[in-house]
Amino acid sequence: MNKRQKILIAVASLILTGIYFTPLWKITLDAPQYPEGLGLYIWVNKISGENQHDLRTINGLNHYIGMKEITPESIPELKIMPYFVGFLIITGFIVAFVGNRKVLGVWAFIFFAVLIAGLIDFYLWEYDYGHNLNPHAAIKIPGMSYQPPLIGSKQLLNMHTTSLPSIGGILAGLSFLITLYVLFVSRKNTSITEEKNHVAVKPITGAA
Amino acid sequence: MFQKPSARIVYASLVVLALAAVWIGCPAKKEATIGSGDAASKVFVPPGSYDEFYAFLSGGFSGQVSVYGLPSGRLFKTIPVFAVNPENGWGFNEETKGMLQTTDGFIPWDDSHHPELSMTDGTPDGRWLFINANNSPRIARIDLGTFRTEEIIEIPNSGGSHASPFTTINTEYVVSATRFSVPTPQADVAINSYKQNFKGAISFVKVDPKEGHMDLAFQILVPGFDYDLSHAGKGPSHGWFFFSTYNTEQAHTLLEVNASQNDKDFIMAVNWKKAEEYIKQGKAKPWASEYYINRYDDNKHTTISEKKKQVMMLDPKDCPDMLYLMPCPKSPHGADVDPSGEYIVGGGKLATVIPVFSFSKMIKAIEGKAFDGDRDGIPVLKYDAVLAGEVQEPGLGPLHTEFDGKGYAYTSHFVSSEVVKWKLGTWEVIDRMPTYYSIGHLMIPGGDSKQPWGKYVLAMNKITKDRYLPTGPELTQSAQLIDISGDKMRMLSDFPTIGEPHYAQGIAADLVRKHEVKIFDINKNEHKYATKSEKDAKVVREGKEVHVYMTASRSHFVPDNIEGVKVGDVVYFHMTNLEQDWDVPHGFAIKGNNNAELLIMPGETATVRWEPKTPGVYPMYCTDFCSALHQEMQGYVRVSAAGSNTALTFSTGK
Repeated sequence: MNKRQKILIAVASLILTGIYFTPLWKITLDAPQYPEGLGLYIWVNKISGENQHDLRTINGLNHYIGMKEITPESIPELKIMPYFVGFLIITGFIVAFVGNRKVLGVWAFIFFAVLIAGLIDFYLWEYDYGHNLNPHAAIKIPGMSYQPPLIGSKQLLNMHTTSLPSIGGILAGLSFLITLYVLFVSRKNTSITEEKNHVAVKPITGAA
Repeated sequence: MFQKPSARIVYASLVVLALAAVWIGCPAKKEATIGSGDAASKVFVPPGSYDEFYAFLSGGFSGQVSVYGLPSGRLFKTIPVFAVNPENGWGFNEETKGMLQTTDGFIPWDDSHHPELSMTDGTPDGRWLFINANNSPRIARIDLGTFRTEEIIEIPNSGGSHASPFTTINTEYVVSATRFSVPTPQADVAINSYKQNFKGAISFVKVDPKEGHMDLAFQILVPGFDYDLSHAGKGPSHGWFFFSTYNTEQAHTLLEVNASQNDKDFIMAVNWKKAEEYIKQGKAKPWASEYYINRYDDNKHTTISEKKKQVMMLDPKDCPDMLYLMPCPKSPHGADVDPSGEYIVGGGKLATVIPVFSFSKMIKAIEGKAFDGDRDGIPVLKYDAVLAGEVQEPGLGPLHTEFDGKGYAYTSHFVSSEVVKWKLGTWEVIDRMPTYYSIGHLMIPGGDSKQPWGKYVLAMNKITKDRYLPTGPELTQSAQLIDISGDKMRMLSDFPTIGEPHYAQGIAADLVRKHEVKIFDINKNEHKYATKSEKDAKVVREGKEVHVYMTASRSHFVPDNIEGVKVGDVVYFHMTNLEQDWDVPHGFAIKGNNNAELLIMPGETATVRWEPKTPGVYPMYCTDFCSALHQEMQGYVRVSAAGSNTALTFSTGK
C-alpha cells in the first residue's frame, strides 16, 4: 500500500464515524392522510421519527393490525451496533497506519461481514414485526403480512412503504467501496512495485 | 323635528335616493352580481392550494370570531371567544368556564365587534388578535398559533366597550372607550341626571410584549358622550389616539333624534405619551374598581382567573394638554388614520362630507391655541384650523375608511350602500362600487396599518334580502370581495358570514403560519388531572366527587367500563388525548349530560362535569371521527342508587 492508499483507508475509516451522527436507514410511510410525511429513521443506536412524534404515531397505527409496539430501548442490536462500528473505525485507522495489504484484506472481510450481518439482522427484525401479529387485532386480512421491504417500495394496506439507505447507510457503503477500491488498486500497485524492483535489479545483474 | 335647513336637506335626499335606488338599483346589481371578465379566476384557489390572506371577521351578536381565506372566501374556523360553544366545551368545561367569569358572574354570551391584530412597527405581526365585547366590557386576546382565546380582561368603569380594541404601533396598549356613558363610579341616580352624573372612561390596557398578557395600566375619565371608534396614531402621530364621539348632546332618551342635533360632534385626540408622564408624576388616583383577568395556560390547559381591585384613574382636570376635541360632522363612526399618520378621517354617519383632519395642523392649532371654547375643560380646536380637507358629495352615511397604501382611501357608505374610493390630498372621488346591501365596515388587509396590502377590499354588508337562497325571516349577513389593484374597483365575489361582522382584519398568511401550533406536547402537559399514559388511568372517589383520570387514543378510552358511581355523585371526566399526531382530536360525550361535550386536542387534557340523576348504565363515546374504528370508541358507566354498595371499579379490555 502506498501513501495515497493508506490515506484512502484512513478516509474510509473517518467516513464511518459519520454513522454516529446520521441515520443508517429510512422507512417512509406514504398515505393520503399524512401529507406532512410519516417515517422512521434507523440509527446505529436508536430509532427516531421523521417528525418528532412519528414513532408514537406509527405504534398507534400499527396496533390496528396487531403489530408489536416498536420500543427502541428493548432492541439489543441498538446497544451492540455502536461497538461494532467503533471496532471497525479503530482497526481501520490501524490498517491505514500499518499499510499491509493482507491486513487490509482481513479488515475488509470483517467490514463485509458486519455489513451483511447488519442487513440480515434488519431483515429478520422487519420479518418479526411484519409477521408476528396479535391474533386479536382489529384488522385481520387472511394471508396479509406487513413486513416492509429491505430496499424498495411495497403497498401495505393504505401505506405505501419505502425503505432506503439514509445518509449513514450511504456513508457505510461509500466507506466499503473505498476499501474495495484500495484492495483492488493495491493489488496492481504491488505488482507494479515488484516489476520496478525487478527492472531495477536487472542492470546491476548485467553489470556484474 | 328638523330644526336646521341642512338637516332637512340631508333627510330629504336620503328619501329621494332610497326611491331612486329602487328604480336604478336593478341593472347595476345585475352587473355586479355577475362580476366582470375573469372575476372567477381571481378568487379561485385550486383544491390543496392556500389563500394569500387570512381574514378575521367579528361575529357581532354571535360573540365569536370567524376565520376566512382571501381571495377564496372559504371559512376555516369559528373561534369561540365571548359566547359558549358546546361543540368543543368552550365555557362549559372546567378548564374554560373561568374565561367567561366577570364581576357580574359567569356571562355565556356577548356581542363582539372589532378585531385588531397585534402590531410591530405599525404593521400586523400575526401573533395575536384582540377583540372587544361590546355588552359586558371586555377585551379578548386570541393566540394565532393555537387560534384559541387565551385571555379575556374585563374593563371596569365602562358601560360598554365599543371604541375598542385598537392598538398602538408596537402593541404597547390596547384601548377601550365606553359606548354608553354611565354614572362613574356606578351609583343609583336618576337617569335624567345624565349631564351631571354620567361619564365615559378610556382604558389603556398594557400588553406584555413577550407573552401578550394584558393588564389595565390606567383609565382617563372623559365627558359623558358616546365613544364610537378609534385608531392609534402612527409615524408622526405616534403617541396619540383618536376617538370618535357622538351624543355630545348628552341625551339619555330617544337618541336617534336627540343625539342627532349638533351639526358637529368630536374626534377626541388623546396624547397618551403625556398621560404616561402624568402617571409617572403621580397624577393618577387609585380607584376601587373590580375587574377580572382570565388567562388560559397552554401547559396547564386551564384558566387562571385573577380578580383585581383597583385602577389608576387620570382626571383631565389634573392633566392639561392631554385631551383635545376636534369638531367633526356629524355623529361620526370611524376615526381612521392613514398609513403616513398625517391624516385622520372622520366617518360622519349623518354628514354630507367626509372630513379629513391634519395631524400637523392639529399640533400647530394646539401650539397657537386656535380654540373654540371647551367642553368640560377640554379645549375644542377650531374646525378650520385642524381640517386638511373635505371629500365633497362622497355618498350617504359615510362610516368607515381604510387605505390601500397607494394614496387612496376607501370609505363605506351605509345609506347609499356603496364603497367610495377617493384620493388623499386632493379629496376627489375616484370611483364607486355598489354593495348588497347597506355596508357597515370594510377591510383592506393591513388597511389600517402603516403598510397595507392594497389588493382587495372586503365589504361587510348588513342586509342580504334577495342575494342568496332564502332561509326564512332570518337571513345571513354577507361579505363582498372587491379587487382594488386597478384604477377601477371590480366586484369579485360575495359569501355569507358567521353572525354579523362589524369589522375585520386581514393579514398575509405567511405572517400567521409561522406561529402554527399542530399539537400540544404531552410532555409539557401540566394539567392537574393529566393522565399521560394508559397505565396511569384511574378512578378516584373523593366523597361525593368521582374523578375519572381517562385517556383517549385511536380507538379506545382507558378506562371504558366504570362501575360504582352513585346517584348524587358529581363525576369529573378528566380526558387526556394521548395522540401526538396532527389533526387527531378526540371527542367525549356521555348520555344525559346537562353540560356539554368535549373536543380534546392532541396532548391536551379537558374536563367535563356530569351529574347522573337515575340509576342505570350510561353510554359514553368519542364525538370526533378519529379513525376507522371511531364508531367502536365507546364505553359504559354504571350508575347505582344512592347508598348502594357497588364497588368502584374501572377497566378496559377485560
